[in-house]
Amino acid sequence: MRSSTSEKFDIKENEYQPVNGTITRTHNFTEDDKLFEIQLLEGKDLGHQPGQFVMLLVPNVGEVPISVTSSPTKPGPFELTIRAVGNVTNAIHKMGPGDSVGIRGPYGTGFKPEIFEGEDMLYIAGGIGLAPLRSMINYSLDNREKFGDLTTVYGAKEPAEQLYTDELQDWKERDDMEYLETVDQCPTDQEWEGRIGVITTCIPDVNIDPDTTKVLVCGPPVMYQFVLEELDDLAVPDENIYLSLERNMHCGRGLCGHCQMNELYVCTDGPVFNYPEVRDKEEAEV
Amino acid sequence: MKIIDKPEFTTLIDEKISSEPRDVVGVQDDGEKYVFDELETADDLALDYDVTMLSPKKYIMPQRETYLEYQKSNGDYEWRAKTNPEGKVIVGIHPYDLVAIEQLDKIFIDTFKDEPYRAKRENSLLIGVNMQKASETAFAGSMGTATTDSGYDLLLTELGDRYAIEIGTLEGKEFLAPAETRTARSEEIEEVNRIEEEDIPDLFENELEFSPDELPTVLEENYDNMEFWEDYSENCVSCGTCNLVCPTCCCFSVEMTRDLDGKGGKQTRRWDGCLLEDFAAVAGDENFREEKAERHRHRLMRKGRYIYERYGDIACIGCGRCTSECVPNVADPCDIYNKLKKEMTANAQ
Repeated sequence: MRSSTSEKFDIKENEYQPVNGTITRTHNFTEDDKLFEIQLLEGKDLGHQPGQFVMLLVPNVGEVPISVTSSPTKPGPFELTIRAVGNVTNAIHKMGPGDSVGIRGPYGTGFKPEIFEGEDMLYIAGGIGLAPLRSMINYSLDNREKFGDLTTVYGAKEPAEQLYTDELQDWKERDDMEYLETVDQCPTDQEWEGRIGVITTCIPDVNIDPDTTKVLVCGPPVMYQFVLEELDDLAVPDENIYLSLERNMHCGRGLCGHCQMNELYVCTDGPVFNYPEVRDKEEAEV
Repeated sequence: MKIIDKPEFTTLIDEKISSEPRDVVGVQDDGEKYVFDELETADDLALDYDVTMLSPKKYIMPQRETYLEYQKSNGDYEWRAKTNPEGKVIVGIHPYDLVAIEQLDKIFIDTFKDEPYRAKRENSLLIGVNMQKASETAFAGSMGTATTDSGYDLLLTELGDRYAIEIGTLEGKEFLAPAETRTARSEEIEEVNRIEEEDIPDLFENELEFSPDELPTVLEENYDNMEFWEDYSENCVSCGTCNLVCPTCCCFSVEMTRDLDGKGGKQTRRWDGCLLEDFAAVAGDENFREEKAERHRHRLMRKGRYIYERYGDIACIGCGRCTSECVPNVADPCDIYNKLKKEMTANAQ
């Protein structure tokens, strides 16, 4: 028995109880990147914020943290975009409509939309980093009147690696959001008329007011420090920058220790961090 | 404070072994080490031990634990969170280990409402015992954890042929009820106070050379002292033994196992350690703490600074287990803290 008189709590719902989810639709973007639309049991709403993640349980294989890529403004099932890199992600790539998974969450601090409403926004996405950012990009497009200027910069490794190609086309054609895209390289067997170069080469060309723009960044670990240097050159104040970071997570709720970054837990203190929170944390590698 | 004669205490424990629905476990000498293990008879208790191989954490947060099961039915999977609520009666816990459990309570119960932990913790009865010996590597005296006035249901102090018993909880009082006890006399109370204030602090050869309150600052100041961390961890073999034996280490990994009949399976969590090479690795060949010096530093930072920043506790309770079990002898936190303090002083000059 605990000797302290701390208030006993009632377990209404064990935190480790997943909700049943059914895959309702999949879409292959590339060989490794696939979108999964998931419907929760009894049409239950996930109730997530843009930028939050879920723990996805693949029966007989394991559990991984995956960012929700759909905006909460999208009714019905939610979407995950998953790159096949490990055991669990390769296993779910073999699954399709009608297959059943478990979902815990949503977890983590998202891009709290209320902080950004009324602001100009710049989204900078590298590779699969577009998956979590897309939830916020679409949130701001669906609530267009609540935001100022919108700009999205997206860099992919090569043209064939681009995600959400139909949506990118729509973003290009819209006149209520600036959209810049680039590829690191274009192999000879692919076609590309756009910009070639790493994502940082786009940043000097964005047309933003550094003082009124909130910048949201998500990409591979190596990308952050170079993007941050470019933003510094644009005179964007550090406190206007938000980074969505990724680490190994086994529990998703601040206990297992794998995602610790100095004293911060990426799963509960993040995955979205205001840049000054992590600026001096060596293990954030930003 | 109550007084119980030793034979009467033995009788009480024997009676509990046969009547308690819970397992009664306690400190025993296994021939090489002292261990917490199931008691067959109270005579096996070795309450004058120095330190046990593992702390009683293993009963509340077992090394492996299933917390979720799934079954296939009609093509869908049914997931069921599962909790083993089996508590134990644990006899002979030293104060530093009681403090460690209190710290875990703060994290697992108060902060995160972790049901598998909470159930075993709330259903366990902790019988502490004041130290009569200390291991060579222990420095609980310096950490303020050699004695405690909380975290136990009952706390014993040996007084020759008797034990003085502090009652910590109502459940502890009820546990003691079947035995013949009497209220302690003034001189017995004074004797217990004297033991706690004079004898116990004298048990420790290993000492921190500054107040543990300074630890978070000492560690913070030395965070970038990579030369120190690289030197100190040069012979570290990344085996994770320091994590394994630590009473406040609580990181875990999760794994799914499929039943052989293919109809279902389970999720299990098991102890993990930040010294192991792949602890911070993610799929796609990225490892966020690749160098052993970084991992070694992380363990010390977590014990003396990160947990303090988050929960207000210094998570190193000075039991000395990591020191004595470390193969290349690079885990002694007391030595590391003292050296870091010296580095700081040298830098200031």
